[in-house]
Amino acid sequence: MGKEIIDFLYLISIIIFIIGMKGLSNPATARKGNLVAGAGMGLAILIALLTPMLAGTAVSMTKYVFIIIAMAIGSGVGLVASKRVAMTAMPEMVSLFNGLGGATAMLIGFIELKNYAPEGVAGKLAAVAGHADLFTGSVFSSVFALFIGAVSFSGSLIAWGKLNGSLRDNIKLPVPQIINVTTLIAVFVLSYLIMAGNEMNFTLLIVLTIVSLFYGVAFVSPIGGGDMPVVISLLNSFTGIGATVAGLIYGNNIMIVGGILVGASGILLTILMCEAMNRSLISVVIGGFGASASSASGSGREEVVKEATPSDLAIQLKYSERVVIVPGYGLAVAQAQHVCHELEQVLETEGVDVKYAIHPVAGRMPGHMNVLLAESDVDYDKLMELEPANDAFNNTDVVLVIGANDVVNPAAKSDAGSPIYGMPILDVEQAKNVVVFKRSMGTGYAGIQNPLFFGDRTKMLFGDAKKSLGKLKEELANA
Amino acid sequence: MELILNFIENNLAMITILVLATFVGIEIIAKVPTVLHTPLMSGSNAISGVVVIGAIIMILKADDADYITLVVGSLGIALAMVNVVGGFAVTNRMLEMFKKKKK
Repeated sequence: MGKEIIDFLYLISIIIFIIGMKGLSNPATARKGNLVAGAGMGLAILIALLTPMLAGTAVSMTKYVFIIIAMAIGSGVGLVASKRVAMTAMPEMVSLFNGLGGATAMLIGFIELKNYAPEGVAGKLAAVAGHADLFTGSVFSSVFALFIGAVSFSGSLIAWGKLNGSLRDNIKLPVPQIINVTTLIAVFVLSYLIMAGNEMNFTLLIVLTIVSLFYGVAFVSPIGGGDMPVVISLLNSFTGIGATVAGLIYGNNIMIVGGILVGASGILLTILMCEAMNRSLISVVIGGFGASASSASGSGREEVVKEATPSDLAIQLKYSERVVIVPGYGLAVAQAQHVCHELEQVLETEGVDVKYAIHPVAGRMPGHMNVLLAESDVDYDKLMELEPANDAFNNTDVVLVIGANDVVNPAAKSDAGSPIYGMPILDVEQAKNVVVFKRSMGTGYAGIQNPLFFGDRTKMLFGDAKKSLGKLKEELANA
Repeated sequence: MELILNFIENNLAMITILVLATFVGIEIIAKVPTVLHTPLMSGSNAISGVVVIGAIIMILKADDADYITLVVGSLGIALAMVNVVGGFAVTNRMLEMFKKKKK
């Protein structure tokens, strides 16, 4: 009796999940969708907590004390972290959260394997007779949950470290592909050995855990640069699969369905992101965005760049008709999105038409830049996507490239040896004038030189984006 | 081979659910605009925290004296709750910003 009620209640939370996710995929309903999905999660957790009551089995209070304290601590930490994190740091936050979910799947797999004992008298007899079979679906699920959870956990931590800069992108294992394949083979062999044994081999279990964790490191560390969001999305999908497999251990539908929703949609989202950059998932996973950077750096070093001054630029902007701003991660890092919006408003009052051109992977994640601009109240209608922006450039007087490097790099079109070759870019050099806001002549995230900076119509405005924009705004008031 | 066939036979309902849910997951986000990629990733990340239920079940069915399971399970719950609560809260923060636009 109890089990039917429980399963039915879980079914309701599954439906709520699906409605919530459907809402999340549409701009108009996204916020509501997120809240709905959250409510579904709340219901599912409540059912899990009430399961013993509903099923009429007795459970000691001690366990509830453990559960409630753990839930309170986790919720508190999550809430505080989510309130404190800066919008610019969102990608690494998502990666970190995701890693924690993966860690849970890993812990479940580990404990289930550690505690695994052939059930009942028959099992014990079989063990004595020497053929207690670990070759069961439940052991397999546990091994898989342990593995994929561990990969998601250690991989997400590496991604987090790379994104917040504490791990350098160029820290790479020697011959990463060979290490990857070897590690993966080791995982298969260890899993097989565990399952082929007569009883749980604790040493093998520990070794499998360590090797799985290492695989996450080996898997993510060769990947860097603009490919990072894709990896986070992929790892997110892994955590979903981890939840599904953990659900298989317990025959729990909500975990199976909730996890696979994330797993399947995550893989599709990953592919969509790759498409936005014109890269295949395979090439991302094999790695090397920026790894082969040296091939494209060229020898254009003796070329000179022209510098712009804020006062000249202010006058030029004032007498422009159409201005397009191309924001990049540099703008976000300098926290300059607010000043940027103020500048845009000043220009608007001068009768200048100001638009923003948003590259699909501007910022550190698709859509990240839109969120940042939205934070500083930039009107949604002012944002142009890649194709409309490219149509508009030849009709634009001044393009302001603020802290963006790779998304405006013409080498993506002209230099077949460039690591970003083939990525669609914003054709800013079509505009009458291009002004690049940049700290120094350093290369961008992909670590490659940008021929745009040496173009005839390009000027550089060196300095911190926020300060430069502030000065520009002052000069506009005087001009 | 027989083992695999047996497994499929015994778990057919579960496999069906898996297959159907996979299609639902793909269908849901097939036409999502780029703008929503980050919030959607963050939101689905929060949903993957559903793994917390596994940790709860693990504790509930553990032996009272099995402190390793209780402690590791609690750790799992805490970590997954960070993922769940943090994930939904962060997604909400991002989406709030889009909402402000429609004055």
